[in-house]
Amino acid sequence: MGTLMGRMLLGEIAVKTEELTRVFRLRKREAREGRREILALDRVNLEVCWGELFGLLGPNGAGKTTLIKILATLLAPTSGRAWVAGADVVENPAEVRRHINMVCGGETSGYGLLTVEENLWMFAQFYGIPSREARRRIRELLSLVGMADRASTKVYHLSSGMRQKMNIVRGFLTDPKILFLDEPTLGLDVQTARTIRDFVRQWLLDHPDRTILLTTHYMHEADELCQRVAIIDRGRILACAPPAELKKALQRDVVFRLYVEGIADAKNLLDGMKGVRALAQHMEEGRLSVDLILSEEEALVSVLSRLHAAGARLAELKKEEPTLEDVFLSLVGRKLSEESP
Amino acid sequence: MRRLFEAWHGFKAGTWLGWQIESNWTEPFLFAIYSVIKPVAGVLILVFMYLLVAKGGLENPLFPQAFLGTTFYLYVVNVLSGISWTVIDDREHYGMLKYVYMAPMHLYGYLLGRGMAKTAVATISVLITLAFGLAFLKVRLSLVNPGLFTAALILGLAALAFYGILLAGVSLLIARHGWVVGDVVAGGLYLLCGTAFPLSLLPLPFRALGLWLPPTYWFEALRRTLLGQGLHAELSPFSDSTLLLILAGATFLGMALSLWIFRVAERIAVRRGLLDMQTMY
Repeated sequence: MGTLMGRMLLGEIAVKTEELTRVFRLRKREAREGRREILALDRVNLEVCWGELFGLLGPNGAGKTTLIKILATLLAPTSGRAWVAGADVVENPAEVRRHINMVCGGETSGYGLLTVEENLWMFAQFYGIPSREARRRIRELLSLVGMADRASTKVYHLSSGMRQKMNIVRGFLTDPKILFLDEPTLGLDVQTARTIRDFVRQWLLDHPDRTILLTTHYMHEADELCQRVAIIDRGRILACAPPAELKKALQRDVVFRLYVEGIADAKNLLDGMKGVRALAQHMEEGRLSVDLILSEEEALVSVLSRLHAAGARLAELKKEEPTLEDVFLSLVGRKLSEESP
Repeated sequence: MRRLFEAWHGFKAGTWLGWQIESNWTEPFLFAIYSVIKPVAGVLILVFMYLLVAKGGLENPLFPQAFLGTTFYLYVVNVLSGISWTVIDDREHYGMLKYVYMAPMHLYGYLLGRGMAKTAVATISVLITLAFGLAFLKVRLSLVNPGLFTAALILGLAALAFYGILLAGVSLLIARHGWVVGDVVAGGLYLLCGTAFPLSLLPLPFRALGLWLPPTYWFEALRRTLLGQGLHAELSPFSDSTLLLILAGATFLGMALSLWIFRVAERIAVRRGLLDMQTMY
């Protein structure tokens, strides 16, 4: 603890969690498979440094939002502790709130009767930003996300993409020291998602002392934006390192993508075979696509033999560079797009 | 001191937002028409009830008492139910409660601000209703004691705001049907506080309950200052200053209770993760 406080005082650590655990208790009628408790976070230990864009990568239901909500003082942990900007989120939430802001994706929040500018100005007032300064920042930020001409539009007239851009502006408007972005591009079209990613990247370049904690289940988003990524599944952090390092750890393995015809399931055939570290499959245009991580390239021969013996025809075979998706597959045993069971 | 400034920011922004939401949902002209028609329609219901049921119709000496009670009851609906509804509305409809909550201001101050806006809207309705009563319903008002009237009005409104925040705390913990809380309480107050009829018409247990409720004393004080006499025989032994003292005590109690209950409710909501609950209501 002394060391932690020392590092926090020295200004190295922006966010820290220690054995952070959250259990949701369900009512009897909400019980899942007889269980009346859901372990959303399981003894999570994390350190995020100032100036870092840190990613939490995991499937839906992995515990990402629960973690963000605890750090944003919206939810109390069941056990363990968390500090944000040096303040304990449970003991001193008011101090935490002075340094943070949050943007969530995939929701339609906002006061629809107000214009974009009014919504944003009002939020600036919540943070005590002088009116003139607030209006200057609003103009500047709206222009950066390509919404300068929408300042006077009522929010209920905005598309979901526009509304999300406005929410992004709301998050950055208060110039937070630490910003939580919870799936900020969820459900957005490619162009809008790219605009938001570019904006986030540029903001951090312009404000190198600020910290962003980003949750996403888009592997390429984490890969493109984050300096470090923690892979989370079923409430547990499975790995935490820069994306390149995570992928490098897989480079001693071999990653193949196979397209086969004539069979509908390769998982049962190949699971447990010598040399097969992990695999995931899905149907794609009538063919079975199989992502395969092998501990040695030689194992491919026996894989192909077994597929052939089962009546499968190999339509295409690609050797691929490891991605974060493969890292996740290797750690968890299923793909990122599959929800946490 | 810093917390006070933050609460002030919340109060100011809450007031501004509340006014925008209350007044900005249509064109100014339509809003003006609505502001006139709604309270007048409300009072006309009372008028027709009296014409049909009460002997003497509008000449019945009870009518001005009922008229005044019903008019000031508009504050109960708008302020008390309105503040508790704000929590549900911000959380479930606008999806903004979590962002409001995590801003560096106190939610309590923000809700007081929203209550202030609702008070302003209710004041417009009350003034229009009073003007309608004076012009068309032969109601005669005379401000007997301006000091007592002002003090009673302010204390009563403050009490309504505090009790509204207390209900907002309860609403924080209720998912479905949360909106019912404010309506049920407001409806109960209409019945139990002698809004439109004397308390003596109520069965004894309800009458006793009515005497424990602050709006009973508030309506009585307003009647005494605007009509020259009160409605309830049960309160006639109390002097004006005693009534005011009871009202002040109830307001202070409301403030203390609302601060305490809201704080407890807030903690429970954070523990259970209810601040961003969406139940599609």
